[in-house]
Amino acid sequence: MSETPALELKHISKSFGSVIANHDVSMSVRKGEILSVLGENGSGKTTLMNMIAGIYYPDEGQIFINGSEVVIRSPKDAYEHKIGMIHQHFKLVDVFTATENIVLGLRGNGRLDLKKAAESIQEISGKYGFEIDPNKKIYQMSVSEKQTVEIIKVLYRGADILILDEPTAVLTPQETQKLFSVLRRMRDDGKAIIIITHKLHEVLSLSDRVSVLRKGEHIATVLTSETSESQLTEMMVGKKISLNIERSEPADPVDRLIVKNINCLSRGGVKLLDDVSFTARSGEILGIAGIAGSGQRELLEAIAGLQHIDNGEITYIDPKTGKKENLRDKSPLQIREMGVRLSFVPEDRLGMGLVGNMDIVDNMLLRSYRRGKSIFLEKKQPRTLAEEIIKQLEVVTPGVSTPVRRLSGGNVQKVLVGREIASSPSVLMAAYPVRGLDINSSYLIYKLLNEQKENGVAVIFVGEDLDVLLELCDRIMVIGSGKITGIVDARSATKEEIGLLMTKTESEGGTMYA
Amino acid sequence: MLETLALVIQRAVVQGIPLLYGSTGEIITEKSGNLNLGIPGIMYVGGISGVIGAFFYERSTENPSSLLLVLIPLLASILGSGLMALIYSFLTITLRANQNVTGLTLTIFGTGFGNFFGGSMAQLFGEGGSIALTQTSLAFQTSFPFAEKLGSIGTIFFSYGFLAYLAVIIAFISAYVLKKTRVGLQLRAVGENPATADAAGVNVTRYKYAATIIGGAIAGLGGLYFVMDYTSGVWSNGGFGDRGWLAIALVIFALWKPNVSVIGSILFGGLYVIYLFIPDLARSTQELFKMLPYVVTIIVLIVVSMRKKREYQPPEHLGLSYFREER
Repeated sequence: MSETPALELKHISKSFGSVIANHDVSMSVRKGEILSVLGENGSGKTTLMNMIAGIYYPDEGQIFINGSEVVIRSPKDAYEHKIGMIHQHFKLVDVFTATENIVLGLRGNGRLDLKKAAESIQEISGKYGFEIDPNKKIYQMSVSEKQTVEIIKVLYRGADILILDEPTAVLTPQETQKLFSVLRRMRDDGKAIIIITHKLHEVLSLSDRVSVLRKGEHIATVLTSETSESQLTEMMVGKKISLNIERSEPADPVDRLIVKNINCLSRGGVKLLDDVSFTARSGEILGIAGIAGSGQRELLEAIAGLQHIDNGEITYIDPKTGKKENLRDKSPLQIREMGVRLSFVPEDRLGMGLVGNMDIVDNMLLRSYRRGKSIFLEKKQPRTLAEEIIKQLEVVTPGVSTPVRRLSGGNVQKVLVGREIASSPSVLMAAYPVRGLDINSSYLIYKLLNEQKENGVAVIFVGEDLDVLLELCDRIMVIGSGKITGIVDARSATKEEIGLLMTKTESEGGTMYA
Repeated sequence: MLETLALVIQRAVVQGIPLLYGSTGEIITEKSGNLNLGIPGIMYVGGISGVIGAFFYERSTENPSSLLLVLIPLLASILGSGLMALIYSFLTITLRANQNVTGLTLTIFGTGFGNFFGGSMAQLFGEGGSIALTQTSLAFQTSFPFAEKLGSIGTIFFSYGFLAYLAVIIAFISAYVLKKTRVGLQLRAVGENPATADAAGVNVTRYKYAATIIGGAIAGLGGLYFVMDYTSGVWSNGGFGDRGWLAIALVIFALWKPNVSVIGSILFGGLYVIYLFIPDLARSTQELFKMLPYVVTIIVLIVVSMRKKREYQPPEHLGLSYFREER
């Protein structure tokens, strides 16, 4: 242990405004070692790594490379210190070949010698076992090939410290295996590798040591050989915190929405939804837990008719007539008319639900303009509705005619959720409705959802915070890599139980540990 | 027969040269992601700036040297059109104004600028209401002395002023730079995906400025060629017509490749004047024939869209401004 680490972080802190992303984090990685950085969404993994790669600059703390302190202010600085990061979103020019992308931005002769570059790329590929055609255009490549190009790009620049941000999120199991064998070969070659992930089985099968982050703080670093899945989960999710959200018993629940064996493939052939089946009942809040990007969005969109599903059935039972209808044959508009409402809060709140440049009244109008009788817009009703929402949900706004984009995030969300609730839905789907909200606004949204539940609406709530899910929902369904890994009773389930389900992928489990 | 054909080709080339300058300039500009619709105006300014430079030089001296007769208008033209492109760059790159609006405004401005100075110079100094720069024009039109002895071959290949050859040379150099050099690769990356170029350490702003200004200056030479060579030094308001737009159409026709646009410009030039060689055409029918280059462009667009090949598409970030923090 006397060896100087290739990279060492000491007391790193970083905050964005009032949000603390990292607080006093210290960790290190040695040459010829794979270190996993494990943590939930929002635990500060990516922010920490971005500080090493020069995207962000730490507020406090020091970074040491091979024992000497360095200052990294830009990705270029990082390259000079032989640090290379492979981001989740690839930075590649689509119409260029692999070679052109790899040499882009490098200094050298005015005339490009792509042949020579291609040769050294082949050399690198041969050394670590990549499969790549240097003359293939990026747009013709699969996701895994693009990732390979990104990794070679970093190696071509001579990186000794590699950081991979959730490299397996977009890969098939076979591609993941291939990536892992390449990473192992790079480790044996003496490179220091940091891999960000939240998949426990990957951590256990690949890494030498694991550092766990929770809520921006470094919890512990342990040797992989001396730890277990349950110990890691406990460190990752932490102890339960009581939030005191009021929860009523569901009043005579009946089946409202039956989802049966739906499958959905991405264009690249990766399974987004894998044989998903569940039932949502009236007067009940069904929580959906899972690592971001595990198929939550696709699932909700499939129900709303926005996402094409390859097979399976979605049956809706009309609360008044009891008639069963298959939502697969319906257009999104018909589904809406039946009372299935989606209030999706995407990463950018204004993206899908509201039009930022329009005022609250006009945004209400977006849902009702079809009902108008004449060719002119009927503004009276939407205005009354807008005023009601402002009053009831305490939306802070100068008036109904203020463009929505000028409101703060929480108020935008209230407008969005308020509008969807106002149409008295029979199924209400809310994805991340409290993302970015302060405590009071969050509780207001919980209250609204509870009211809907008491009115007999089937509420589907996609959340990030396990504590909230456990206190707000009646049942919690856990989704992992597009597969339902379990449905538990929220009143008796524990955080660890859900954490384990979130990070587990049954089908791969057996082979991955071997 | 052969002589008529040679003449048709010669007319096509002469018509095509301004288009070639315009399209080469616009291709370089568009490769950086800037859709400069100000090109027609810039070409107009390139023409009138050359006229102003030549006019004052011709008036200032009794015995003008032929070297200065060429150099002064050339520099004036480059300066004028380069300044126009600089205005466009500042507005769209630094201030991130809408590229289409800025470009169209510049075209309106450039045309007005040309007409104003052309008109007022003609009124103040012109004989018979127009300006004729005979000496300058003769210097620009000087071609190879042996051209006439070679018959048809001479007419097709050697009968042009030096600006015509320069246009072809610039086009081929541009094609080489774009395809084979580091600068070209980085410029293309800026137009395709500026965020990626930025992350790779390419100075996006500098590339955009340089490409737009160099492109504008090259396009402006098309206007200069038109006044000095094609119309023999006679400036007339509105004489340049819709050639600027034709140059932009040629960019699409050439699929953003300057070497293809050499052939394309001659084809467009030929289609543009073909009505002159078809006997007994009524005035209105002539106008129909002038539409041909645009029809061809539309056909190319349709065919290319059907082929769906990514290499034939415009740069991906064309028309959008780049803002680093907007990730």
